[in-house]
Amino acid sequence: MSPTQQADSVLSLRGISKTFGAVAALTDIDLDVAAGQVMAIVGDNGAGKSTLVKILSGVHPPDSGTITFESRDIHIPTPAAAHKLGIATVFQDLALCENLNVIQNLFLGQEVRPLRLNDVAMETRSWDLLRQLSAKIPSVRVPVAALSGGQRQTVAIARSLLGDPKVIILDEPTAALGVAQTAEVLNLVERLRENGLGVIMISHNMADVQAVADTVAVLRLGRNNGVFDVGAVSTEEIIAAITGATDNAVSQRQARRKEGLPS
Amino acid sequence: MNSTLTTDRQDERLSGNEGLRGAIADVVERARGGDLGVIPVVVGLIVIWTVLQILNPIFLSSANLVNLTLESAATGIIALGIVCVLLVGQIDLSVGSVSGLSGAVLAVLFVVKGLPVWLAIVAAVIMGAVIGWVYAQLFNRFGVPSFVITMAGLLAFLGLQLYVLGTKGSINLPFDSGLVNFAQLDFVPAWLSYCFAVIAAVWLFGSGYLHAQERRRAGLSARSLSMLLIRSLALLAVLAFVVYYLGQTRGIGWMFIFFVALVLIMHYMLSRTKWGRAVYAVGGNVEAARRAGINVKAVYTSVFVLCSSFAAVGGILAAARLAAANQSSGSGDVNLNAIAAAVIGGTSLFGGRGTAFGALLGIIVIQSISSGLTLLNLDSSIRFVVTGIVLLLAVVVDSIARKSRTSHGRA
Ligand SMILES: Nc1ncnc2c1ncn2[C@@H]1O[C@H](COP(=O)(O)OP(=O)(O)OP(=O)(O)O)[C@@H](O)[C@H]1O
Ligand SMILES: [Mg+2]
Repeated sequence: MSPTQQADSVLSLRGISKTFGAVAALTDIDLDVAAGQVMAIVGDNGAGKSTLVKILSGVHPPDSGTITFESRDIHIPTPAAAHKLGIATVFQDLALCENLNVIQNLFLGQEVRPLRLNDVAMETRSWDLLRQLSAKIPSVRVPVAALSGGQRQTVAIARSLLGDPKVIILDEPTAALGVAQTAEVLNLVERLRENGLGVIMISHNMADVQAVADTVAVLRLGRNNGVFDVGAVSTEEIIAAITGATDNAVSQRQARRKEGLPS
Repeated sequence: MNSTLTTDRQDERLSGNEGLRGAIADVVERARGGDLGVIPVVVGLIVIWTVLQILNPIFLSSANLVNLTLESAATGIIALGIVCVLLVGQIDLSVGSVSGLSGAVLAVLFVVKGLPVWLAIVAAVIMGAVIGWVYAQLFNRFGVPSFVITMAGLLAFLGLQLYVLGTKGSINLPFDSGLVNFAQLDFVPAWLSYCFAVIAAVWLFGSGYLHAQERRRAGLSARSLSMLLIRSLALLAVLAFVVYYLGQTRGIGWMFIFFVALVLIMHYMLSRTKWGRAVYAVGGNVEAARRAGINVKAVYTSVFVLCSSFAAVGGILAAARLAAANQSSGSGDVNLNAIAAAVIGGTSLFGGRGTAFGALLGIIVIQSISSGLTLLNLDSSIRFVVTGIVLLLAVVVDSIARKSRTSHGRA
């Protein structure tokens, strides 16, 4: 990665590792996310993508490594700390409370007027957010349990837009979405980039990645397996990096670059 | 056409549930989806009252109902705490022992040590709060399941209660003390009772009206004026009838008013504050609550402290009602009655569902059974069996409702 990109990165990870018992979920991960840039993270099932997301959102602490946010070394011990820093996350499992309704889920932990909840303000804002995502949710007063998978995903995405985040992390945001909502989420990602936010998007869908991402970072078995410029890489090359087909030009070039050898 | 619709009613799939008929249709629809709310307990209450009235015509007499309200208060307050712990998906099995210990501590400090009564009360309640805090520490730090911690507490605090009471085993509270008066003799004057009824109805209308106005200004759908009027007039009619009917004999005790006030406060706390939302969220999905930035441990702590404190308050009132604290205070059925009241009142054992009003309705069911069977001269053996069956029914209804929610996508 070029030095200029590192200079304006909002979020940098260096040497992040995480093990769960005997499983090394992440080993020595480096990553730079710039403001106004969409970074896609791809990798096979179990490659460690969600684990990385959980480290950034304060769900799990990393075992080692440093995180730099807006050129400060930080720790993210709790999800509340991540919120406070301005890192918002849409989790793969969505993390919604099924017994609460849409408004209550959207504002969970950030309610308006803590001692006398302002339902009206929260409901109006909920409709604004959902409208912005072209959500097809008939009523915001039904429990989330009554929503379809895609509707729930829209709610989870809408929730991450509340507050004033600087970095948004989307863990497979379009997995359950219909055609229109997927397009809407991709549009949203572009809008977020235009507004100068750093976006991390995890996806298995190469078409989505090619459509919105600026750079693609590949994780393989918990390790960095290359960072590519989307404009300069083909889908085949990314897939090769994901699956670990080492005998291709890209991974060889990557490997040489890593070792500091001329390519 | 669309321009006349409010923001929240624009989806064409929404049926026009407005006005009185819409409100009723809404409740029916939700109940069919397994969101029963207070319907089972209201139906149960009607059935139980009808049966008991047929068996003994004294049951629904004013005098008996007045007695029933007074008997409900102490255990009802304990049940209010149980509602809170059940909402976060935990349980406190020691509320009976804690209430007994609290009564004993009150009696010792007030009667034996001669402290002013208010100081004895404060001390007993603080003791309850500390017990809850210790439970929460054990739960948060070591992750011991709450039913084990509180089962240990059940035994330990029963022992402590016996120790505090000493060899005599029973301490009488003086009949002329304010506390005993409060629990036995203080009744709200009729005019004031009617005032309370009117205030409640006006309050319901006023807050509903302001809320509807605010919603309309924000372009959201709101209850119509006639709906609001019908609602508060219905409340007024019910309350006025209650006041009138109980007023035929002694009327409404201050202790019952105190219980209802606590229910209203808890209702507000649970439904209108950030803390309440956190309680429901933790009960619904702890991990989601944690990831939303909620301090889950603090929520557990607050709930355990609240529950034990309510248990202590209930114990004080039970001692005051009896004008004594003895070895059997808080033992036997107090524990189970409080838990049964919460569950019968619609609080789910699976967490995340229930209301403060559930405690009020639930304890009235429990006390009705108890009082009805006592009137029939049936002894406590049968009472235990019947209460056990009712509790079982409530739990079955809860589980069936949960199944139905799953199949209707409302789990
Ligand atoms: N809480 C946990 N406890 C134990 N092991 C875990 C835990 N979370 C993740 N792992 C392990 O870490 C590895 C990486 O998991 P992770 O969820 O990050 O994969 P992923 O890249 O998100 O996969 P997917 O594409 O399927 O979502 C897996 O081997 C998984 O078994
Ligand atoms: Mg994942």
